[in-house]
Amino acid sequence: MSDEKSLSVNKALTPFNMVAGIILLIGMVITILRFTGGLAAVSNLTDDNPWGIWIGFDLLCGVALAAGGYVTSAAVYIFGLKRYHSAVRPAILTGFLGYALVVFALHYDVGRPWRLPYPFIVQQGTTSLLFEVGACVALYLTVLFIEFTPAVMEWLGLKRARTIVVRLTMLLTIFGVVLSTLHQSSLGALYLIAPSKLHPLWYSTYLPVYFFVSSIIAGLSMVLFESTLSHHYFSHKMDKTHLAEADNVTLGFGKAASLVLAGYFTIKIIGIAIADNWHYLTTGYGAWFLLELLGFVALPCLMYAVGVRDRNVKLIRWTAGWTILGIVLNRLNISLIAFNWQLPSSQRYVPHWMEIMVSVFIVTIGILIFRFIVTRMPIMYEHPDYHSH
Amino acid sequence: MSLTRRRFLGWMGAAGAGTLVGRQAEAAANVHFTGYPDSFAVLHDITLCVGCRSCEAACNTVNELPPPNRPFKDLTVLDQHRRTTSKTYTVVNRFQPASQAPKSIFVKKQCNHCLEPACASACFVRAFKKSPEGAVTYDPTVCVGCRYCMVACPFEIPAYEYEKALDPKVMKCTMCHPRVKNGQLPGCVQACPKEALTFGKRKDILNIARERIHKYPQRYIDHIYGESEMGGTSWLYLSSVPFSQIGMREDLGTTPAPELTSGALGAVPIVVGLWPVLLTGIYAITQRKEKVSAEEQRLAVSQAVEHARQSAELDMVRAMEKAEKDKETAIKQAVKKAMDEAVKAQQEVKA
Ligand code: SF4
Ligand code: SF4
Ligand code: SF4
Repeated sequence: MSDEKSLSVNKALTPFNMVAGIILLIGMVITILRFTGGLAAVSNLTDDNPWGIWIGFDLLCGVALAAGGYVTSAAVYIFGLKRYHSAVRPAILTGFLGYALVVFALHYDVGRPWRLPYPFIVQQGTTSLLFEVGACVALYLTVLFIEFTPAVMEWLGLKRARTIVVRLTMLLTIFGVVLSTLHQSSLGALYLIAPSKLHPLWYSTYLPVYFFVSSIIAGLSMVLFESTLSHHYFSHKMDKTHLAEADNVTLGFGKAASLVLAGYFTIKIIGIAIADNWHYLTTGYGAWFLLELLGFVALPCLMYAVGVRDRNVKLIRWTAGWTILGIVLNRLNISLIAFNWQLPSSQRYVPHWMEIMVSVFIVTIGILIFRFIVTRMPIMYEHPDYHSH
Repeated sequence: MSLTRRRFLGWMGAAGAGTLVGRQAEAAANVHFTGYPDSFAVLHDITLCVGCRSCEAACNTVNELPPPNRPFKDLTVLDQHRRTTSKTYTVVNRFQPASQAPKSIFVKKQCNHCLEPACASACFVRAFKKSPEGAVTYDPTVCVGCRYCMVACPFEIPAYEYEKALDPKVMKCTMCHPRVKNGQLPGCVQACPKEALTFGKRKDILNIARERIHKYPQRYIDHIYGESEMGGTSWLYLSSVPFSQIGMREDLGTTPAPELTSGALGAVPIVVGLWPVLLTGIYAITQRKEKVSAEEQRLAVSQAVEHARQSAELDMVRAMEKAEKDKETAIKQAVKKAMDEAVKAQQEVKA
């Protein structure tokens, strides 16, 4: 008995767990500092730079990268790509966790987090795009939660309740796509109000469209990326269907990503042409913009296409990682790097290490919860008692 | 997180209706909203400002702001280009444009009290309001602290109390709204010893400004800053040099902030209305396709089965025939054998 116990303790003390433990510890200390000393105690936010990486990374990147949930469930349930069925649950789970963590992260960023429900229950600022973002994210989080419950119910053996939710799949999927379209695009539209602060190469009246289209790319790439990681770490948890469908999913999603990237590239060019911003391309910001556009949009578009043509699953997976970096770069460019470009460098924002730590802390929590769930609930495999719906 | 669908649709409708109403109002009036008719404004004649910081001191007093790090009499702070902060609603900065050297130009900066404020349009709890008196006021009892207003303000005015843990607020000039409602002048206007600040109805203020430009064309450039910047503001400026040389942006355009986002907000009801229809349509098509292909599959399968059955029958018949034949030959052979044997036996007996 005691032998067994010490064995499990030893098993828990993996390097991964130790690093995660340390991060959690630091995160908790910073949390205390944040809520006793105010934002100034842990961040480099200033009056000129009211939004830092908690918005630029945690919110903008978090929401974009959690798009896998709506993209996959739309592909499978609405567009009828049933053969990708095994990709739905992991995507919904990461989507749900992603959004939950985004909301969690916002509690660090806003000045009075306990008032976060105010825009809904006290006074509605319907002229604000942030209101739209808030309303849709709150509702979508609920939708994702319901979509995810069948896995929990199977785990707990609640057959009746599960059947009811499964019947709602179609409705929930449509609702989820509507809400995602709205808030993914509104995140871009947030910046429409600040044409004088965002560099013209990134500012565009098409910002909402850019954000929506790139969220599809992000969603597809995230599903590919996660499945790569999951295969590495959780393959013992996967059933035959999941393993057999994996290559299929990779090729299909890779092809879709390549197509959407091509479209995205085109509308970006149209955006520059319409605003006649060509002359900015020769400046320093122009070089940076071209790096993003050619290196992180055009290149992955090509690599995905080649990967699909050669049925090169490995190349597609690498491309997925690269594309995700590109999405992160795009969101950081808009929120931080090309934002406030008019200010002298002394007034520009550089994140405080504690801000970065909080983001790392939140991502770590996400990974730990993901691991907890997939090792227990039927995510990567079908529960033997239930047939796929 | 138990938000009902109806409530959500209500919001969406509200968002959509808001934009629609806005547009209708504009369309009906056929002119642009130029603020409340009798609202007040302040004229800052930059050519008259001597940089004494009396306004800063007065603002600090009337708003009961914390004492400054360096006394207001200390004029060396003018050398840095300061912005408004959570402890100072207004700052005076010194500029030395090459064309005017060695003369210094002093410019006061505070909230411009836009006619259609970006901050108010951006706030998702409507903490900011443009009052009929002209001031853009802030309600700290609802503010969540998202700081989107600070992102939105084109003049970089609102500041935040980052060092407060429990009750941080957005801080900015109030145009002395409480004082104005009491019939008093704004603190800074009252304190100015040089009459570089003039308070009055916006209509009258614009006329005064125009008159000055008209009377002293050498003294002023022909532009009233704030008359139409970002749709117009309640704080107006006159200057002897181009405004871009004294730290004021001339590239803001005349589009009021709410118009920048109205297109995106207007798309909401479209998405809410069209997406479900479209998606259900696509779903129906894929369902139908699946049904058709399932039907085809069933047909193919049954055909194959039929075919198999038929060919199996055929095989059976053939096999039977063959078996018949085999049997016959076997009988014949057996008979033959028996006959042979009988013949042999007979021969043996004979022998
Ligand atoms: S200057 Fe800025 S803070 Fe003042 S009313 Fe205009 S947008 Fe709002
Ligand atoms: S910080 Fe406060 S006032 Fe500013 S937009 Fe957010 S809720 Fe509104
Ligand atoms: S109007 Fe009032 S609050 Fe605004 S700068 Fe003048 S004294 Fe300060």
